[in-house]
Order: sequence, then C-alpha cells, then structure tokens
Amino acid sequence: MGFEGIGASVRRKEDQRFLNGKGNYTDDINRPGQTYASIKRSDRPHAKILSIDISAAKAAPGVLAVFTGADLDAEEIGGLPCGWQIHNKDGSPMAEPKHPVLAVGKVRHVGDPIAVVIAETRQQAKDAAELLVIDLEDLPAVAGVRDAIAPGATAVHDDAPGNICYDWHLGDKAMVDAAFASAHKVVRLDLLNNRLIPNAMEPRAAIGDFDVNSGDYTLYTTSQNPHVIRLLMGAFVLHIPENKLRVVAPDVGGGFGSKIYHYAEEAIVTWASAKVRRPIKWTAERTESFMSDAHGRDHDSTAEMAIDAEGHFLALRVNTLCNMGAYLSTFAPAVPTYLYATLLAGVYKTPAIYVEVKAVFTNTVPVDAYRGAGRPEATFLVERLVDAVAKDTGIDKIELRRKNFIPSDAFPYQTPVALQYDSGDYTATLNSALKAADYAGFEARRQTAAAKGKLRGIGISTYLEACGIAPSAVVGSLGARAGLYEVANIRVHPTGSVTVFTGTHSHGQGHETTLAQLVCEQLGVPMSQVEVVHGDTAKIPFGMGTYGSRSLAVGGTAMVKAMDKIIAKGKKIAAHLMEAAVEDIEFKDNVFSVAGTDKTKTLTDISLAAYVPHNYPIEELEPGLDETAFYDPKNFTFPGGCHIAEVEIDPETGVTTVINFSAVDDVGRVVNPMIVEGQIQGGVAQGIGQALLEAAIYDKEGQLLSGSMMDYTMPRADNLPNISVGTETTLCTHNPLGVKGCGEVGAIGSPPAVINALVDALKEYGVRHINMPATPQKIWSLIQAGKPALAAE
Amino acid sequence: MPQVTLTVNGKQHTATVEGRTLLVELLRETLGMTGTHVGCDTSQCGACVVHVDGKSVKSCTMLALQAEGASVVTIEGLAAADGTLHPMQEMFREHHALQCGFCTPGMVMSAIDLVNTHPQGITEQEIREGLEGNLCRCTGYHNIVKAIVAAWPLMHGKVAAE
Ligand code: FES
Ligand code: FES
Repeated sequence: MGFEGIGASVRRKEDQRFLNGKGNYTDDINRPGQTYASIKRSDRPHAKILSIDISAAKAAPGVLAVFTGADLDAEEIGGLPCGWQIHNKDGSPMAEPKHPVLAVGKVRHVGDPIAVVIAETRQQAKDAAELLVIDLEDLPAVAGVRDAIAPGATAVHDDAPGNICYDWHLGDKAMVDAAFASAHKVVRLDLLNNRLIPNAMEPRAAIGDFDVNSGDYTLYTTSQNPHVIRLLMGAFVLHIPENKLRVVAPDVGGGFGSKIYHYAEEAIVTWASAKVRRPIKWTAERTESFMSDAHGRDHDSTAEMAIDAEGHFLALRVNTLCNMGAYLSTFAPAVPTYLYATLLAGVYKTPAIYVEVKAVFTNTVPVDAYRGAGRPEATFLVERLVDAVAKDTGIDKIELRRKNFIPSDAFPYQTPVALQYDSGDYTATLNSALKAADYAGFEARRQTAAAKGKLRGIGISTYLEACGIAPSAVVGSLGARAGLYEVANIRVHPTGSVTVFTGTHSHGQGHETTLAQLVCEQLGVPMSQVEVVHGDTAKIPFGMGTYGSRSLAVGGTAMVKAMDKIIAKGKKIAAHLMEAAVEDIEFKDNVFSVAGTDKTKTLTDISLAAYVPHNYPIEELEPGLDETAFYDPKNFTFPGGCHIAEVEIDPETGVTTVINFSAVDDVGRVVNPMIVEGQIQGGVAQGIGQALLEAAIYDKEGQLLSGSMMDYTMPRADNLPNISVGTETTLCTHNPLGVKGCGEVGAIGSPPAVINALVDALKEYGVRHINMPATPQKIWSLIQAGKPALAAE
Repeated sequence: MPQVTLTVNGKQHTATVEGRTLLVELLRETLGMTGTHVGCDTSQCGACVVHVDGKSVKSCTMLALQAEGASVVTIEGLAAADGTLHPMQEMFREHHALQCGFCTPGMVMSAIDLVNTHPQGITEQEIREGLEGNLCRCTGYHNIVKAIVAAWPLMHGKVAAE
C-alpha cells in the first residue's frame, strides 16, 4: 500500500459500486409488497380549496387509498416544523405560520401538495391522481418581494401581517450613520441575487415502510441528514418516538442543501404506510422537483460603502429583502441572517457595518439554503460593491482590495458583525491566483481579442466564508432549535480492522474515502481495513448530517476524539500486556511500544486482547475497543481565497464565454487533494451557472415559468471552462485537524468574479452593474444601450 | 398486454409490458437493473443512457416495445466477468470524474459512444459538445472531460492523433 493518510489523493472507495451501476439510491430500493404514491399538487399559485372529490380516483384500478389534508388533520398530524427562530428588531418572534403536510383550506404556491393517491403500481397511482376533482377559487397572488410588501398586497398567511416573516437587523447603526455623515464619498449599488433551483441529479424519493407486527416505521429517503429527519418528523409531525422510527438515507445523488429539509412527502409515505399496511414508494418526477424542492437565494439589496479620501472602507450599510416563499422551510430563517449578514465584513477591515433584513412571504416555493447559503449572497454584494468603489474612485481594484484586507497578523480578528475569524492570509491567496490567472498578461490578451472584435474582461473576487457549522451554544442563542455538534463511533474489531460510524452523510463528497484516510493517519490501519458507515439511524448513534461544509471540521474532529479514546484505552491494555506503566506507552503507526525498550504490541494484539480478555486488566477496564465521541465545535471555520474569471463577449450576439477560471482557496489542511479539487470545481460550476445561466422565473401572478430542464438553464459541459484550482493553506486554529471545509467555497467565490469580469469587459459601454444571470440577451441589450457612450469617448 | 423480447448485457429476457412502458422502466422496474437512472422527465439529463445495438440512446425516450429484438448494454454490463473495469470506467475512477455517482452510468455510456464514434481522435471541445445531452450537477465536467481524453487511447489502442 502506498501512503494513504492525510494529504494523499487516494482514489475513492465508493467509485467501485457507482461505476458498475451498483449504487443503492432510494428509488433503487424495493420493499416486499411495495405500493406507489402519486401526489396531486396545486397548479395555482394561491387559491381557496372549495372541495376535493376523491370518489373517481378511489374507484380507479389498483388504488388502495386517497388521502387529503383533512385526513391528516383528523389525526392531529403536525405541520412541517421550522428549525430556526429569528427575532424581530423589537424582540418579538418572527411570524411562523403553519406549514401543513397536505394543504388545508388554501394552496399557497404552484406545487403545494393537496392529496396523495396510493396504488399498486406507479402508473396506476399517477392515472388515478388525474381523476381527483379539485375545485379551487383563485386568490390574488404575489411572487416578488417588492410586490408582497406593497400596501394592499394579498396576504399569503392571515397570521403574517404585511407578508413579513421578520424584520431583523445586525450591527451598530449609530456608528455606521456617523461614518457615512463624515465620509469622503459614498458608493451605492442595488443588486439582485437570482433565485435558483438546486436540481441535484437524483430527484427526491421516499419509501415509508411500516411493520405491522413490531409497530416500527422505516423511512428510506434522499436526505443529507437522516437523524435530523427522524427528530423533526418523529417528534413534531407524526409523533413517533425514536425507538420506533428508523430513517435510512442510502446513496444520495447530490444534495447541495436541497436535501437537508424535512419534506411533506417523507411524512406522507411514513404515515400512510401504516394506513395501507404496505410499504409506499414516492419518487419525484423532475417537474415535481422544480415546484417542490426548496429553491435558493432570491435577495433584493441595496448596499452602500462609505470611504475616506484614500479609499479605506469606513462603513458598510446594507438593506436586504429576501424571499421565504410560501412557507418556512427547515433552515430558511437562518440563511439571510446568520449565514448572510454576519459575512458582510468579507476579508476587509471595515470598522462599522449595519444591515437590515426583511424576510417576506410570497406565493412561491419555499426558499432555503442552497450550496453556500447566505454566504454567496454576502460575497456577491461585497465583491460587486468593492469593484464599484474601484470604478467610482479610479483606484485599481487590486490595490483597493490590498489596502482594505484584514492583514495576516491580525488574527484572531473580531468583525463588527459577530464573527471572530481564526486564521487566513488573503494576500497569499490573491497573489497566488493572480499568478495562476496570468493577470500580468491580461492586457495583451485583451488586445488580441479586441483585434478579433471580441470584448475581454477579467474579474476578481477575494472572498471569505464561515462554515464548519457550528458551536451549539452560539447558534442556540441565535435562534437554532438544535445543536450542531457531530458524532463518531469508532469500532476496532477483534482482528484490528475498523468500522467508522459517522453522523455526517456523503452524497458525492467522498466521505467513505476521506474519513477512512483519517483512520489510516491516526491509527495506522490500511484503507482496505477501514469501512465508513453513514446514513442509517439504526446503525449510527446520532448525527446532525452534512451541510455547511461541516463534515470534516466537525464530523472529522469527532472521529479524532473517538480515536484518541481508542488510543488511550489501548495504552492501558498495552501497559498491562507489556508489564509497563501506562505513562511509558507510546502509540505510532499502528504500534504500541514501551518508551526506551524494544517491546511492542500492534493494534491488532491489543484489540484481540480487548475482545478475548483472558490476560486483561479486567478489574479496571471493560473489554472491547469501541469508542464514541460527540464533538461540539468551538467556532465556525473560515475558508477564503481568490477567484479570477476571464471572459470574452461576442458583441454581435451577447454570448459570453468563460475563457479561464482560476481559483486559489484556503480550505485549511487538505486531506485528499483530488477530492478537494473536485469539490471546488463543482462549486465553481454552480457559481458560473448562477452568474450566467440559471434563474427561477415566476410571472407576476406566481406561475413558475422555468419549471423544467427545457426552461431552466442547467450548466452543460460546453458552457463551462476548465477550472484551475490551487490552494494556499493556513490552518484552522480550533480543531485538531486544522481543516476548514471545501464544499461551498466554489459556489461562494465565483459569481462575483464572473460578473466583475463582464463589467470590466463592458466598461467602455458605461456598464456599472449586471444582475445575474448575465444572459446573452441582457449583455446584448447593454451593448446596444451603451453604444452612444462608446461613440462619445 | 404485449410482450417484448430483448437481450440485455448478453442475456435474453422476455417481458410483458404496457404499450406506454419506457425502456428505462423495463430495465429498472421489470428486470430490476437499477444501474440505469432517471433524472428528468423531458429527455434532458442523460442519466438514462444505455447502448441499443451499439449506439447510445436515452432509454427514457424509447418505448420498451421499440427494443424488440435489440441488444441492450447497460452500465452493469461494461466490466468483464472477472470484474476488470472497462477503460472508461477505469479512467472515470482515476480522474475523479464522479462525485454522487447519479449521472455516472449515463455519462459513461455516452462517453464510450463518443470515443467509439471518433476513431481519428477527439478534442476537448468535441467532448464538451458531445456531452451536451448529459447533465452532471456535481463535477463541473472538468474531470469528466479529462477522463474521456485519457480513455481515448486506451479504447483505440493507440496514442491520440493530436
Ligand atoms: S431520464 Fe433524463 S434524459 Fe432520460
Ligand atoms: S456525479 Fe453527481 S451528478 Fe454527476
């Protein structure tokens, strides 16, 4: 075996099954006697439900049952709970209207589930759902945040006056106002952050399986966090105790946030399977995904920077309206507050920041965290504003950034918006990215392109994010209704092989490989003898799952702590076997030795003794070598870096080509460079998608216009460039691995780099800002509008 | 209901299907071969690509009955009986061209057809355009392109012409 520990690009263990078509995704699972559910959804954005006639559907071939919201209400099934409570400026709690599992009384967005049909086959269920007669009376609807808060707008919920979920703020307003009053200059930018549809390639699916004899429920589901689903669904919706409810999240085909949340369909199939006494499978068709998976982003912001005569940032003022959709999804309230406003300092030493956020209900699909969650919104705003400052002051965009960077000797650094950054070196990532992008050679490339009639631009984003979520006490004080620790159970088997049970979940991140590498590193066990188990509440003690780039920083640290316990116990056993003092036992590379002697015992000798305790300190020590650790992080982690995009526009068509993309990120210590590079490339692709291609579009009445892959532009291979990835490392100071997290940086850093590049390419056309996505039509129109400005020069 | 007889990965099957049954439904639901995936309902994503008589086909876009007498190869049929991976599978692993693995079966089947149909060599741009019908949300395609570039000489038994 070659080197397999921390730092090795070990090829992935999970690939063997995926490459042979032997993955085990939820829809691949079939339970004996399985039936199928089809869900009837609203095609209206906002309407009163006058009546539902189920008789024809119920009589259709193969149909076992039809349920509506009334059936759930009759059993006092709870609404889908929200996991985070924000408080208003005046201290009162946010508006939190009930989110029924199946609509009751009203539908509030296109896609809102109204009824479910259970039948013998998928096709029979679908056919019967067409026979439901649902009488709806249209109500006026609102889709955009500004329409929703306009006086006289229709109320999405009676118990959310003015459609306001919360009106929240952060920072020192008086200090910011004073800085603006005495500023040399104020630069303002109005920005939209486009609404996105996550579109993991595996559509959501769920199988509810009730065991009539034991009374046990099993839910197989496409989830990033099975224990969280068990907690939310068991405790708040269906009232099933944990011992009677098992949640399995098997192989999951991508999540990007959209599979964190507890969805109605999970509760429906679990509950209904006890009614029909058969397992029930539901698998989303892609059209359903578009109208029922939580969407992402959708901010409307005003940002102002006060600067002094030299271009130092004095204060930042931000006002944001954010769209919550029709109901609060699991983490939704946290995204535009503690994952957004707290990030507005970025990598800059801006001394005063004040931000106001209004969260608004609309007749659209619920909006929640999507890869990056809040941090891409903050980064887009800050990095666009910094470029606008450069433009308005004439200061070079790189010089301006350097001038305002938090210096590398200033850590730990307390920002004016709550976070304390532990480490970073923004100059190092900037310098390295400038080199990778051959920034110095750009002017020559621009001229070559210009000679061919093309417009070239280069854009920079120097960003930071907060992940590795999160210290439980901190998030608790901010409104989280859960702790955000992580759990690992390390089982050393009698012959020295190891199984890791982790509360994190892999849906593309490669945990079965990366986490096994931690075991190779710490216990000296080869990869071939390490198995990682995740995604099953019956096997894993507990866990909060995977999101917020937390798996390694929090889950990996839990593993380290559990392995520390294994080593500590192993030393006691070794001391007994080698008749030495525990203090004299050392452990390294799978071997326990007595310091200063040649006496050694391997981990296998020790584990064997632990499970066959014939010669064993049985009076003081339990048999077995199996340890669990819960780890609650001390702080967030703070990856950062520099992304540089080089674009070329064809002015005849407005088509943008991303010529080069260079990312240099500081993600802390890198365990598997191959996997980290892949994570960053994937994130950047989603960021370029946001910047150039993707938009969830509603018409004014709340109809989803981009409701299929024919209408919503997913990035394809020929839309994207090669993505060069580099790293510059500073270690996280508060976890033993020094890791920060790499899952989201790509999607956070890249969108402003692309838009900054486009604005740069179009500078002669008087373009100051472009809202995403920068479609060819938008670019072409800007070029047409800017032609007089060009002619006047 | 009508019957269809076809060969899948070298083995003959006869199944009773509805007229509307899709080839992918026959594979996944009737034959229990779940390696081929369904990622959309508009023929956009390519997660369902299989080979029908040697050509890559979106199996969600073909009726099961249209496969009468056809020879179908799915992702499950690529590796040799002793488990040796097809060079395309091997290069996908080597170049980390998969993350969640959901697009992978269709991506690998399309990639093989792409290399087969470019015996004179293939450029990165041709690969990117050739993958137009396959969506991947995880990788950003960079490593998929690399894997296909690396598989070309292995599949054609020579060094690429470029
Ligand atoms: S399932 Fe998407 S193209 Fe066939
Ligand atoms: S690897 Fe996840 S969609 Fe391609």
